[in-house]
Amino acid sequence: MEKILEVRDLHVTFHTYAGEVQAVRGVNFEVGKGEAIGIVGESGCGKSVTAQSILKLLPQPPVQYKQGSILFNGQDLLKKSEKEMEKVRGKEISMIFQDPMTSLNPTMTVGKQIAEGLTKHHKMSAAAAHKRAVELLEMVGIPQPERRVNQYPHEFSGGMRQRAMIAIALACQPQLLIADEPTTALDVTIQAQILELMKELQKKLGTSIILITHDLGVVADMCERVIVMYAGKVVESGTVDEIFYNPQHPYTKGLLRSVPRLDQNRNEPLTPIYGTPPDLLKPPAGCGYAARCESAMRVCQLYDPKLDMVRSNHQSACWLHHPLAQGKTGS
Amino acid sequence: MQHEPQLTAELFQPVADNSMETEKIVRPSISYWADVWRRLKMNKLAMVGLFLIVGLVVMAIIGPMISGYTYHGIDFKAKNLRWSAEHWFGTDTSGRDLFTRAWYGARISLFIGVMAALIDFVIGVIYGGISGFKGGRVDNIMMRIAEVLYGVPYLLMVILLMVVMGQGLWTIIIAMTLTGWIPMARLVRGQVLQLKEQEYVQAALALGASTGWILRKHIIPNTMGPILVNITLTVPTAIFAEATLSFLGLGVPAPQASWGTMANDALVSLLVGNTYQLFIPGFLISLAMFAFNVFGDGLRDALDPRMRK
Amino acid sequence: MLRFTLKRLGWALLTLWMVITLTFVLMHSIPGNPFAKEGKMPPGVFENLMRYYHLDEPLYVQYGLYLKSLLQFDFGPSIKSSTLTVNDYIREGFPVSLHLGLQALIIGVTLGIIFGVFAALYHNRYPDYLSMVLAIIGLSVPNFILATVFINYVAVEWGLLPPAQWGTWKHTILPSLALAAMPMAFTARLMRSSMLEVLSQDYVKTAKAKGIAKSMVILKHTIRNAILPIVTVLGVIATNLVTGSFVIEHIFGIPGMGEMFVKGIFNRDYPVILGSTVFYSAVLIFLTFVIDVLYTWIDPRIKVTGGE
Repeated sequence: MEKILEVRDLHVTFHTYAGEVQAVRGVNFEVGKGEAIGIVGESGCGKSVTAQSILKLLPQPPVQYKQGSILFNGQDLLKKSEKEMEKVRGKEISMIFQDPMTSLNPTMTVGKQIAEGLTKHHKMSAAAAHKRAVELLEMVGIPQPERRVNQYPHEFSGGMRQRAMIAIALACQPQLLIADEPTTALDVTIQAQILELMKELQKKLGTSIILITHDLGVVADMCERVIVMYAGKVVESGTVDEIFYNPQHPYTKGLLRSVPRLDQNRNEPLTPIYGTPPDLLKPPAGCGYAARCESAMRVCQLYDPKLDMVRSNHQSACWLHHPLAQGKTGS
Repeated sequence: MQHEPQLTAELFQPVADNSMETEKIVRPSISYWADVWRRLKMNKLAMVGLFLIVGLVVMAIIGPMISGYTYHGIDFKAKNLRWSAEHWFGTDTSGRDLFTRAWYGARISLFIGVMAALIDFVIGVIYGGISGFKGGRVDNIMMRIAEVLYGVPYLLMVILLMVVMGQGLWTIIIAMTLTGWIPMARLVRGQVLQLKEQEYVQAALALGASTGWILRKHIIPNTMGPILVNITLTVPTAIFAEATLSFLGLGVPAPQASWGTMANDALVSLLVGNTYQLFIPGFLISLAMFAFNVFGDGLRDALDPRMRK
Repeated sequence: MLRFTLKRLGWALLTLWMVITLTFVLMHSIPGNPFAKEGKMPPGVFENLMRYYHLDEPLYVQYGLYLKSLLQFDFGPSIKSSTLTVNDYIREGFPVSLHLGLQALIIGVTLGIIFGVFAALYHNRYPDYLSMVLAIIGLSVPNFILATVFINYVAVEWGLLPPAQWGTWKHTILPSLALAAMPMAFTARLMRSSMLEVLSQDYVKTAKAKGIAKSMVILKHTIRNAILPIVTVLGVIATNLVTGSFVIEHIFGIPGMGEMFVKGIFNRDYPVILGSTVFYSAVLIFLTFVIDVLYTWIDPRIKVTGGE
């Protein structure tokens, strides 16, 4: 498959008064043309930082891109100037944020907010952009788009705002859409509608999608491949089926065990993952998960495991895959 | 990347027990006010403010006693003198020692500022507290009254009251507090209303906490912050209002002196070129306003736990 | 929207009525009759007072007639002059004061917004520190100190501008600068915190993610929204300018309404003090009303819910 995005050894840090927080510590992944991938992990694992780094939306300082590269169609985005990035944002890659209540400007009509990108990237006239905004609202399933286009965000419900956000993001037909927890702030019924809409539009427009979420159900529904992040690193990646039915990393296993499933015995208790992620101000020398891992070994505390090929479509970073550890798998 | 580690089978032994280690709270827990103080100390400007406030207060206490002159002693042989070993800040048009007067003025000005702030605080907390706690109709009526009163221009009313009541130290304070308490009352009422609805207060209620406990543990610590900031910032407002009143001839009556009346007296002698007579009270007013403003700002930042790093 | 406007108007009128009643009560509580026939009163003054205040009538009649004359925009006579009334003072002095006040308002708010925006954009860097130090100085140094420093140095020592009086535009510069210091400081601080708040909003990130140039994001999405709270404090600033004008007009010898008010206080010209207080209050209360209504027009969020 043709790759449109390759993230290579990305390191991102935050300067705080307390010191340097290593939010992302060497992340690698790629996105194929028309492919939808999911990035999952708990809050603070670096998934949002990774996503926002692709568009370089994080203010520098305090954020610093320490090393690595983000190749978009072969060009390194991290090397691009702010002016060059403006031509990428919204036009080639666009983004949807978590909370539709706060991610729209409350003092600008929805139509104007959609039109903004069009006038910037496609040099459309105000009238043409307005017309296109109406079409886009219709495309994302907002009834009476002619009337709605002149309304302000507060006149929209949460689900409609997220639809409007999708309209803004897709206005210039980008090749890649990054959705950062697009359904987290919505009601469950609305969540399903938004996901359905995104799937439908992806098929229609052939857009690649990076879906960032902590909700495994959402990933299973939308994505072909999944990347599991923990403490600023990728701990496991593979196709949806592989990750869900054949998880290799203890963290992924733990995640799956902590989510209720329909085929589960009703009396079987859910198992939480105990403890909290490590403080990324002083990341541990070894595996970031070692302190919470049931099968932790001495080596886990000393050295950091690398991503190993488990199968052709499945990678995992865990010392349990090492030949010396074979047969010792605890769970 | 690091070089390939030497891996031995021994390293692949399971770790005995690492289950609950991460549950430990790493940072020592410190009380809210200790934390506020710690953050305040890190704010250099606020500490400068605090230092200046303490300095001004100390000088207001001892200043008038150390020069050997009285604040009202007139000496026509020593008029309009510049600073010297004799008169450290010089003398004014009536030959009164400016050093003594400056610190005596500090007493009056600071007293007016602090008293106005404290009386506003007492009235405001009572009025706002009742309004917020009672809620409903009582709250509605009380706040409507406050709202109408608040619409009355503050300094205009103070001037009018001063004209009617006549000059005097206490009349200034009374005039200032007659309308000055309203912002504090609105603040307290807003805080109380907001806190009553907060989930952690509801949670405490649901857990069977008594009203006293909730007041002590939740309401007071959480309202004290904004109230303290408001008190701190009322002081410079009152000092400034006092200066304006003095300027309009409505300050403390002679021979008493405040920074405002000193500045007003000095304006007359400005025409003959005695700039320093204005400079001294002017500088002290500015210094006090600066000190209270930066300290109040610092306090506000320190009290906001969201800034906690 | 209309309901909101009417409700606000009702509050404004109620407040104004409160002020009028308060002044009436205060006037009648002054120890000794302030209008008693004194030897130093110019001839004809006592007759004016009688005609306006109807001192021979019972109190409630006096109150009713007082309200009635105020409704007819008659603010009463002066003790010091038999021919001049408060209305004359307003007619002569108010345009001057309005000119000075508006000039100070524009200078103060504009500079304040600029400083505030710069401070926020360079948060925790030198432009921020510089703006905030300026703002703190503006808040701390009383206007009469500033005015005398200006007169002493800019006008007298360096001879750049006239030290006092009113006339050409050159005369207006120093007083409006001295008067603008406080509003500038006030606006700068408010604008800075408002900008910082808006800059941290998600929709600013959305705008950036659309590929809008940074300058446009700041202009269209940030400043526009951050300015809204400034509108709400214009009333406070106006009140500040009024009281500031008493001091500034007096120091610069500007024949404005403020100077006349100050003279009224010095002379204990009670009718002038009362008439001016009512007039000033009416202007400020009306202004606050206009600002309240205006704000609901500017901020689309309030429009539908009708405020509050």
